[in-house]
Amino acid sequence: MALESIALEHLPASHTVHTALFRNVKNASFLHQQLLAGNKDFEYALIDASVIMSRLHALAAAYRAVNDSLESRLRSRNVHSEIVFSLSPNNNIAESFRRFGITPQTTNLLAIKVSTPSSPATATEIQSHLSKEVDGEQVEFSDEVLQTMTDLARVKKIYKLNSTGGGNNGGKKGVNGTSGLGASGLEDERKELEILVLGSMALRGATN
Amino acid sequence: METETIPAIETAPIERPPLPPVFQYPSAVPPSLITQGAEALLYRSTYLLPTLPCALKYRPPKPYRHPTLDLRLTKHRILSEARVLAKCRREGVPVPAVYALDETAGWLMIEWIEGEVVRIRLNEWLQQRKDEGIAEGVDDDRLVRLMERVGRAVGRMHAVGVVHGDLTTSNMMLRPGRHAGPDGDSAVGDVLAGDIVLIDFGLASQSTQDEDRAVDLYVLERAFGSTHPRAESLFKVVLGAYGKSFKGADVVLKRLEDVRMRGRKRSMLG
Repeated sequence: MALESIALEHLPASHTVHTALFRNVKNASFLHQQLLAGNKDFEYALIDASVIMSRLHALAAAYRAVNDSLESRLRSRNVHSEIVFSLSPNNNIAESFRRFGITPQTTNLLAIKVSTPSSPATATEIQSHLSKEVDGEQVEFSDEVLQTMTDLARVKKIYKLNSTGGGNNGGKKGVNGTSGLGASGLEDERKELEILVLGSMALRGATN
Repeated sequence: METETIPAIETAPIERPPLPPVFQYPSAVPPSLITQGAEALLYRSTYLLPTLPCALKYRPPKPYRHPTLDLRLTKHRILSEARVLAKCRREGVPVPAVYALDETAGWLMIEWIEGEVVRIRLNEWLQQRKDEGIAEGVDDDRLVRLMERVGRAVGRMHAVGVVHGDLTTSNMMLRPGRHAGPDGDSAVGDVLAGDIVLIDFGLASQSTQDEDRAVDLYVLERAFGSTHPRAESLFKVVLGAYGKSFKGADVVLKRLEDVRMRGRKRSMLG
């Protein structure tokens, strides 16, 4: 399994987003240390995949970070730390690193790197560097795999989506049908949660 | 003596403001203009991946406004619309999801809703029935059920503390049902089938005042009467379903009677 390079919609071709997902990572502590030390070779967004719901969830953060970088209004050190910060529902940067970033305990790791005109890394270079430095099993960056890693309870807690729960739960009748969510089941509930998460990210800090 | 002729008016070609820079970058589906309101332009485009359609609402700068004021108003409106949409979605009101926004650049990206606005579907249906020579009030189960869904959707929105500000049948979509309803609402060829989705929250605000809610209903009632005169009699079904949709709805309906007597503006000023 190799890294996936994605040209996001409405971003310049020079800003390709590279993604690599790992499980059973054994050297998270080392990787975490490289970030703290500001090691220039480790310019990645290193994300704890247990708080990522889906591809869209991660890509939305990447999109926002690159967009903010193009508009010259990064709030954190660089576009990669900004990706981690973009996952946050609030403006607390340090907290966003603790919640979404790699920790010494991380076992499921999502690495995102953005090629930029000033540092035009190629997919091959990134892949070989990650293969060398990450001690873990690289897996497909897909919704199916991500789902096996997601800690939904934690995601709900972070985005404060526990109490309301879409309003359609709790046996309440939906507006449009006789059954509400009812039989449509887990898949739809997850989809709806993802949508609420994307909304919280888009409205970061502007909700109140 | 020469007669003076008035100088010809120079007609500047109508120019559409260019999209903000970020949307001039490549995308699988370039933004295409869908509709234009007084304040905003609505495009269809894609978000993140070529497979995910989105609606892009862009509020271009107004050249006649002071730039500082213009920026402030635009920021405020983008954020307030996005907040209201996110709140509605969290609380189970059927509205488009918020995908992304840039209040400084003046754009808001939301979920693309398939289907057609209720105004068009309803008129199609009324026309069909007229062509078939079916009298009003005869065999109009489907219409009644649509009206009920409209009433419930508006009621749900009011219940969570949001007023729309511009309720019309053009600001409601009828989205093809994802799961066929047990009541056969998704029968083939039924133009009135589908889920109601409320759209265009550009004038929405957060309020739980009976007056604001009643004005919302009044605006819808007036719009309904003028857009679909042949279905006007069925508006009571909307109100009936609304009345049962949340605690306090009956008070709003009482207030609606006052609003009908005097019109939308309570104060005579302004």
